[in-house]
Amino acid sequence: MSDYSVSAHEAFGPPVSVKKRGTFLESLHAWVVTVDHKRLGILYILYSTFFLLVAGAEALLMRLQLAYPHNQLLSPQVYNRFFTMHGTTMVFLVGMPFLFGFGNYIVPLQIGARDMAFPRLNAFSFWLTAFGGLLLYYSFLGGGGLYGVGNAPDVGWFAYAPLTARSFSPGHATDYWALALIVSGFGTLGTAVNIIATIVSMRCKGMTLMRMPLFTWLFLVVSMLTLVTITPLTAAQFMLLIDRYLGGHFFDTQAGGSSLVWIHFFWIFGHPEVYVLVMPAFAIANEVIPVFCRKAIFGYPAMVAASVGIMFVSLGVWAHHMFTVGMTSVSNAFFTLSTMLVGVPTGIKIFNWIATLWGGRIRFTTPMLFCIGFLFQFLIAGLTGIMLSVSPWDWQLHNSYFVIAHFHYVLVGAVVFCIFAALYFWYPKATGKLMDETLGKWHFWLFTIGFHITFDTMHFLGLLGMPRSIYTYQPDRGWNFLNLIVSIGGVIQGIAVLIFAFNFVRSYFRGKIAGDDPWDAWTLEWTTSSPPPAYNFEQTPEVHSRRPLWDLKHPDDPDWEYEA
Amino acid sequence: MSSIPLRVPEDALKWRLPYKSRVGMAALIVGESALFTIFVVAYIFYLGRSLTGPKPSDVLEVPVLGTICLLSSSLTIWRAERAIENDRRRSFTVWLATTVVLAVCFLVGTALEWHKLIYRDGLTISTNLFGTTFYSLVGLHATHVIVGLFLLSAVLLFSLFGWIDQRQSDRFSVVALYWHFVDAVWVVVFTVVYLIGR
Ligand code: HEM
Ligand SMILES: [Cu+2]
Repeated sequence: MSDYSVSAHEAFGPPVSVKKRGTFLESLHAWVVTVDHKRLGILYILYSTFFLLVAGAEALLMRLQLAYPHNQLLSPQVYNRFFTMHGTTMVFLVGMPFLFGFGNYIVPLQIGARDMAFPRLNAFSFWLTAFGGLLLYYSFLGGGGLYGVGNAPDVGWFAYAPLTARSFSPGHATDYWALALIVSGFGTLGTAVNIIATIVSMRCKGMTLMRMPLFTWLFLVVSMLTLVTITPLTAAQFMLLIDRYLGGHFFDTQAGGSSLVWIHFFWIFGHPEVYVLVMPAFAIANEVIPVFCRKAIFGYPAMVAASVGIMFVSLGVWAHHMFTVGMTSVSNAFFTLSTMLVGVPTGIKIFNWIATLWGGRIRFTTPMLFCIGFLFQFLIAGLTGIMLSVSPWDWQLHNSYFVIAHFHYVLVGAVVFCIFAALYFWYPKATGKLMDETLGKWHFWLFTIGFHITFDTMHFLGLLGMPRSIYTYQPDRGWNFLNLIVSIGGVIQGIAVLIFAFNFVRSYFRGKIAGDDPWDAWTLEWTTSSPPPAYNFEQTPEVHSRRPLWDLKHPDDPDWEYEA
Repeated sequence: MSSIPLRVPEDALKWRLPYKSRVGMAALIVGESALFTIFVVAYIFYLGRSLTGPKPSDVLEVPVLGTICLLSSSLTIWRAERAIENDRRRSFTVWLATTVVLAVCFLVGTALEWHKLIYRDGLTISTNLFGTTFYSLVGLHATHVIVGLFLLSAVLLFSLFGWIDQRQSDRFSVVALYWHFVDAVWVVVFTVVYLIGR
């Protein structure tokens, strides 16, 4: 290693990417057969950006349908298909691939490794996930034709039994749903195994567990959580297919089976899944916030402990989605209390982020703005979550728009906001170009305003008693005006996302050259060139503290002198 | 820029990390355990809830022989592991072949059991809840045994060609880890299905 007066290039050797421009077919081939974690990461991200637009369009169509009473835009059946496909797509084809895409791209760079532990498994996992998405959307071409949106699944993303039984769900919609998610679930499982093996056994010299960047720590935790949450869903879906194809009776109440068992199994997956989605969002905030307020993260060990704590607690609270199915009052009390327990580690995290911001020299760049939006919205989502964990309150509001508002606060207000932050933050690393800040600010403000118009209002609709999953409503319920507002907010968000998509594509060709370390950051991925060469680091780095790049830049005042 | 030379603390001299494939397999096993847990829970929950016969006690026989075969295969594969670690290739091949034979015995036992259940007792996966849960759980385990059998046979083939020596012992230990897991699952399945369930 040398001091910082030489550039990171010289420290770690010149980039080895000698770009030859081949024909289009050649480069397409190169992308299809790639096993490079960076290319796969980019493939994941492009894949999920595409589905973000698709599922966003579905959401907009639903909101247009609900903009005023007795609207005829979508038939009831098509509405059912849209909310099922929207939910399924957002969770499985947008949220998870986005986050695992970032994990793929960033984790090996951050731990100073040259690739993932199993590069070919990595490629295989991506293509499985991609095939799952294809299978799910292939159902649109089924029997009923495109306008009737074919055979797309219509049983809700939770697919409650007995709606999924042969008699209630003829045709192949439900089979598509189960098969597509089993396939992409195997892909996710492969990725989780791969990330764990990478983090445990590929860290560069000196990177002990307590020196790992928090981003990497959270991906370790998330991958472990993924292992034990995706598999129960896969198991339950196997059972569903056994029921549907082999005449099994798991969920068949006529033969002693129980639909309650499905609900349990689904939420044993479904609740931790929320954390599978939101912890990578935390991971992103953990990188972005310190860099843009020029301070090391506050309370590193507490952050690690809280993440592990959340992982364990989240496995024991699933039945808070089931207060209304008629469990015993003891279970209701248990799940109320355990749910509230999640507030403790989450509170620690929020406290630490605020403490990091406190007294920092904050730079309000686009990624930072998205992270601040995240902090604020996640706090509110947590508060409505605690409200819903009180079972009598839940009896009142279950399956109303209050619940929709609550979980979109998490899924959009936290997860999507952090995904945007990450896209702006690491775009220069992956492409060598900066994204346009002015357009970025437009995107942020429009999206935030649209978000609050839509989802703040939805809380009130819920309190006024509007149920979810209805394709239209009577004009005399007092919901007309609020629904119109919600829909307008949805359109504003749609426009914001289009601005983002434009910026994303344009910056690739027109963006300012970024340089290796545009944000003056501290973790290892910023030491290599942008975009990084095929093998990441010419010479594997060695670290002595949590902020190796700080040590390089400030040899007179390195971090390792202070870290215990 | 500062020109003070970089000082480096004296730590991090030794740097050894665990073998990546073993970590990967351990992670996979955690996931698989969750998969089996769900099927086992379903089995237990649906015990005695079938509305029609046959009941487990009417038709199930405890597969003592198969169980002995499978459990002892954990022992033989452990011997094989030790053998290849010390580069005793002949004895490795012998222990591995024994393992494969034991696994085949177990599968033949399962096949015979299913044959009897289906053709003599008329119990299929759609007969009643018991049939559904029984074939799913035992079938899931048998699938894992078959996968393991493929892996082991491949290794056996390689070692017959003389391609395996001490350098592969780390890799072989990953296969062995999987096999031990399959065995451990059988202990659970056996207890639940044949001891508690009957
Ligand atoms: C950005 C604008 C969005 C709008 C306007 C929107 C709107 C909606 C609407 C209208 C529903 C159907 C409610 C019902 O009838 O039951 C819904 C359901 C849902 N949304 Fe969104 N959504 C948005 C983004 C997202 C995102 C980013 C995610 C996840 C990452 C997401 C996840 C879900 C889920 C899981 C459901 C439940 C589906 C179901 O009931 O089966 N949404 N959303
Ligand atoms: Cu939950």
